Amino acid sequence: MNLGTRKILDRSFTAVGVTSIVLMALALLVVLVPIISGGLKALFFQGTIEHRQLVYNEFGRGDREELERQKEQSQEARRPVFAMLDAFDAELEGMEPAERREYRSQYNHVRDVLHDMLGPLPGDIEPLLLRFQYGNTRWEQAEESLHDLLYVTKWDYSNPNVMAEKYFTPRVDEFQGTALAPLFAYVETHLEEMLLPQPEFYWGFITDRSLDAHIFGGIWAEIQGTFYLAMGAMLFAFPLGVIAAIYFTEYAKDNFLTSMLRSANSTLAGVPSIVFGLFGLAFFINTVKVSESKSVLAGSLTLAIMVLPTIIRAAEEAILAVPKTYREASLGLGATKWRTIVTVILPAALPGIITGAIISLGRAAGETAPIIFTAAVSVGATIGLADVFTEPTPALSWNIYNLASEHEAANEIRHVQYGMVLSLISIVLLLNMSAILLRARISKKLKG
Amino acid sequence: MPMTAEANTRSAASQGAEGSNREIFLPPERKAVKDGGKPHVTAKNFSIFYGDFEAVKKVNAEVLSRYVTAIIGPSGCGKSTFLRAINRMNDLIPSCHTAGTLMFNGEDIYGKYTDEVLLRKRIGMVFQKPNPFPKSIFDNIAYGPRLHGINDRKTLEGIVEKSLKKAALWDEVSDRLDRNALGLSGGQQQRLCVARALAVEPDILLLDEPTSALDPKATAKIEDLIEELRGSYTILIVTHNMQQASRVSDYTMFFYEGVLVEYAPTKQLFTNPKDQMTEDYITGRFS
Repeated sequence: MNLGTRKILDRSFTAVGVTSIVLMALALLVVLVPIISGGLKALFFQGTIEHRQLVYNEFGRGDREELERQKEQSQEARRPVFAMLDAFDAELEGMEPAERREYRSQYNHVRDVLHDMLGPLPGDIEPLLLRFQYGNTRWEQAEESLHDLLYVTKWDYSNPNVMAEKYFTPRVDEFQGTALAPLFAYVETHLEEMLLPQPEFYWGFITDRSLDAHIFGGIWAEIQGTFYLAMGAMLFAFPLGVIAAIYFTEYAKDNFLTSMLRSANSTLAGVPSIVFGLFGLAFFINTVKVSESKSVLAGSLTLAIMVLPTIIRAAEEAILAVPKTYREASLGLGATKWRTIVTVILPAALPGIITGAIISLGRAAGETAPIIFTAAVSVGATIGLADVFTEPTPALSWNIYNLASEHEAANEIRHVQYGMVLSLISIVLLLNMSAILLRARISKKLKG
Repeated sequence: MPMTAEANTRSAASQGAEGSNREIFLPPERKAVKDGGKPHVTAKNFSIFYGDFEAVKKVNAEVLSRYVTAIIGPSGCGKSTFLRAINRMNDLIPSCHTAGTLMFNGEDIYGKYTDEVLLRKRIGMVFQKPNPFPKSIFDNIAYGPRLHGINDRKTLEGIVEKSLKKAALWDEVSDRLDRNALGLSGGQQQRLCVARALAVEPDILLLDEPTSALDPKATAKIEDLIEELRGSYTILIVTHNMQQASRVSDYTMFFYEGVLVEYAPTKQLFTNPKDQMTEDYITGRFS
């Protein structure tokens, strides 16, 4: 191969490499941008007076006097709406039953939307569920409600060859000539005064408990649960894994049994996580009965079993990579084998062992399947450290799935789902960062 | 053919070098050491096997106390294997086993009830490549004493200073004992390894090609160090460098293909070898 061809080949390899890295970076961007932008909406948004009221009532945060003043102000703006509703109620009373029926369903819809927007209207029964006790807490939801109030959604079936098309007609047309007619224009122009939106930084999203199944409030229970599970898993898996790796590298004889154990270990690393989940249920809960039912303990044990092969593998590699000369030096000074392992080999292998632990920690924090049957509940309170042996916990990974697919109001709480995703990624990143820093410090100490 | 060396180095008559090649190995005159010359390590029909391969064949020799004995020979002749057998470093190699007896102070090194940990405490070793632990200089030296139960800081400080002084390293590192040993130069690291071995107060010091990874200046320092330690410790040094052997040792063993071909006072071996093979090797006819 001549020089020209070689240079062209080198360049094309460089080009291929750069292209693949750029593609990867783009893919990462495509994934991360919506997560970050969607997740930040859980923390930063235009909050209405309803939000501030909720936070004050439920968590006791906020300036009471300022809140009272704003409440007064918004009440002032809402009064004409209630007056118009009263006037229309009176008008309905005077109508013929047939005519009244005509307005009935449309009017009920108007009241429902106004309820969503402003909270319980005068004359409504005091609702039981928290989600019905408040109006729209977020301005973008209020704008959606407004659209719903102003327009009737209709479907155009005229062309049988295409799918029906959605179109909107002003709702005010339905109430022409009644006392309700001016309401629509009034709400449209006075919505801001009724809800008083202002930019919020709701840090409570991280530290608050959830209210009414995540309709309101934060995700502290999930974050804490994730921490418990991941840390619990490491608590079991790390020492076990390192000890197993020491056995494999230092004590096991090179025979058939050892090689079988090694390959079994490698195979376990590739087993789908749902299998570990079912194993955890069958073994830890049903057979060993570490707890009555789902618990953090059972979940941690299951996650530990799942990450164990990775830790063993990484620790084994790290121990084997320790220079033979360290071992010789230590033994040559009259150290016992065990002493050599503890004082020389393990410290030198620690950076590599920690790398394995980092990967495992991220995996333990993010895995969903192993905890479905063993630890996770979709809605739950925060639990104390003493309860981890008996109580299940909500956890981010499971609740992201649950809220996005099985929640009754999945569409309305997209910000919570994204917020959870962002939190989970941040937690994993944070754990990894601290572990990487720790590893760097140890490596630096080793290198001198 | 293998023979027991005589205690008195002077008895080796300098009969004058014949070949010009041999003149560069003219060993210096050496004084006899006090209380030395007793058999310290004794091999009787001692063989070492790697699996079926006999790496060291039926060696009979006595290493004399407080003298420096060099082991020379071409690569793969079994000289390192023999050295490592003395403090049972070969135990690390699973296929390695021995036959015959190897005695240390009258105890069988490979005896059934020999504690290799205690043995290694009394037989220190320095390896080919400097291998300080990735710890501070202090912790490196203190590693051995700590193993053997000395944990008092004052005592350790004393041992560290004494060992570093013995290894002629104290002046260079006394102000940075808490620094990582891997920050030292190669020669300093090797002297640190010597100091580390001395810290456990061994009877014998085994040096396995201690200067092969070092530059000439560092090599000279190590050789000076060996000269310093001569008379206090029994020293066995494996070396590829025949000039080094002639410079530092009182006795020299020449191994060839696992056989101890000749074992004689250094001066005699280099100036008047008894064996043709030795003659050929030291004059560079093969290596």
